[in-house]
Amino acid sequence: MMTNKELIIIGGGPAGLTAAKMAAEAGCQVLIIERSPALGGQLIKQTHKFFGSELTYAKTRGFDIAKLLIDDVMKFKDKIEIMCDATVVGLYPNHEITVYQKGVYSKFKATAIITATGASEKFLAFENNDLPGIYGAGAVQTLMNLYGVLPGQSIVMVGSGNIGLIVSYQLMQAGVKVKALLEAAPKIGGYLVHASKLRRLGVPIYTSTTIKKAIGKDFVEQIETVELNEKWEMVSGTEKLIDVDAVCISVGLSPLHQLLSMAAVEMKFVNELGGMVPLINENHETSYPNLFVAGDVIGIEEASSAMIEGYLVGLIAANRIGYHHPHYETLLQSYHDQLSNLRSGPFGAKTRIGLAKLRGETHAR
Amino acid sequence: MLDKTGIASLEQVKSRFPKKEFLAKAKAIIECYQDIPCNPCQTSCPFGAIHIGDDINVQPKLIVEKCTGCGICVTSCPGLAIMLAKIEPSKAVFKIPYELLPVPKKNEIWHAINRAGAIIGDALIESAILIPKQDKTVLVTVKTDLNLLYEFVTIRSKDHE
Ligand SMILES: Cc1cc2nc3c(=O)[nH]c(=O)nc-3n(C[C@H](O)[C@H](O)[C@H](O)COP(=O)(O)OP(=O)(O)OC[C@H]3O[C@@H](n4cnc5c(N)ncnc54)[C@H](O)[C@@H]3O)c2cc1C
Ligand code: SF4
Ligand code: SF4
Repeated sequence: MMTNKELIIIGGGPAGLTAAKMAAEAGCQVLIIERSPALGGQLIKQTHKFFGSELTYAKTRGFDIAKLLIDDVMKFKDKIEIMCDATVVGLYPNHEITVYQKGVYSKFKATAIITATGASEKFLAFENNDLPGIYGAGAVQTLMNLYGVLPGQSIVMVGSGNIGLIVSYQLMQAGVKVKALLEAAPKIGGYLVHASKLRRLGVPIYTSTTIKKAIGKDFVEQIETVELNEKWEMVSGTEKLIDVDAVCISVGLSPLHQLLSMAAVEMKFVNELGGMVPLINENHETSYPNLFVAGDVIGIEEASSAMIEGYLVGLIAANRIGYHHPHYETLLQSYHDQLSNLRSGPFGAKTRIGLAKLRGETHAR
Repeated sequence: MLDKTGIASLEQVKSRFPKKEFLAKAKAIIECYQDIPCNPCQTSCPFGAIHIGDDINVQPKLIVEKCTGCGICVTSCPGLAIMLAKIEPSKAVFKIPYELLPVPKKNEIWHAINRAGAIIGDALIESAILIPKQDKTVLVTVKTDLNLLYEFVTIRSKDHE
């Protein structure tokens, strides 16, 4: 049986939630489908105060931002329908999707779809990286911040992007000793304010250094680190051993593109955006009309940009379906301006370059 | 070196301190040395004493005459990059953000810690305040010897090593 909907949003993270709110505000009927038991995406695991623009709730703790966004959505109970614990397993070019929820498959067809599936973690190849005690940063956050379980007593973090820095700080807050933070590049990747707040707790940060192997019988007991030269080659003789009972890998995210690839929209590998991403125009529309995207799925960025993109795309998708928001033009301009403002600094360079590559291509199409 | 170690140099630190004559009253020291898309310090200051401007990536700048030392920015900054400093005869008094357990108590003596995480002396806790508006970031007032003015950045419990 096929159920028809106006707008379907895949993913209930910050991008999906803000898109739903804006589309409903314009008058559109929305269905949000989220594979986790709860809405909020990455935000529900974040206990720190967010950086970003105060317009997008910076200085509020991540899980509290999730509550604010969910409250916004709940104000439109008559317009927004929510399915949690429901995974979209198929996305087809005629705007049909297949959803798997609690043992049951169902099919939906929509006038427009917004994909806001976020990103997945990259992992790192090294000897014995399958020993128990070696986690991705997302798993550490889920254990610690959702279930209150510590991943270990003493840990080494691999990767100095914002996630590595912030999760290290959260581990210290939880009483776990972070023995070191390793970064393969010659410089710290994330914001220096986050690095400094970790360093002053006594956590050493080793740049141009990586993990060579994990050592242990039934679980990780030690790791061997090694320094890297300018050509990223291991420098023999620089190996050091660190005793640990856990290792956390935080070497980046890549967009969750699988559904889009399945729908056969035009995709491209753009390193600056984290991997495979769909080609989009300035409306965030893919090569397939009425299939839109927002958030980390079109390039790894931040919750602040994910939210603004969500509002923007919710506005545009609703308009396409026939619901013209009373402040459409003003809002559209304001979101475009906010996005370019966020991305105008050195940390936005990657996104700027990446998006230019994408947009250049769609215009050429 | 800051971008390799996370430790700001003495020169960098001093560049964020106003002239000593201003420090008879508490002033915000904003250690945000990088162009990042962030602005709660500016938007939270009720006195317009922190300037970033329209481009959110610009580094915040203190307008020292306007700063009343109220401390609101200290607990608003997600990077925990702001503290207040004040000079008393032979003592330095700081207000710092603190997010670890245990929470310090008035009159306790804690370690004074520098930007590398090393112990540099003693810090007397004068108060530890937490009101709902601070959203769980405790504002701790501590007193150290004056010679730690440019070195001190946080505290560490003595029974918790
Ligand atoms: C440790 C850490 C700290 C961070 N700190 C900050 C910060 O201080 N400031 C800031 O601005 N940003 C920060 N971020 C980044 C921010 O969390 C993300 O950029 C943001 O959550 C991206 O939003 P999104 O909606 O695109 O994706 P997500 O939040 O990842 O949400 C995607 C949602 O889609 C769901 N989903 C995926 N596939 C399917 C499917 N097939 N079917 C149904 N549902 C699906 C997922 O379950 C998820 O709920 C941080 C991230 C981390 C990990
Ligand atoms: S201490 Fe108060 S007045 Fe001074 S900059 Fe901070 S918020 Fe503004
Ligand atoms: S709030 Fe803190 S981290 Fe953000 S710009 Fe201001 S000083 Fe820097």
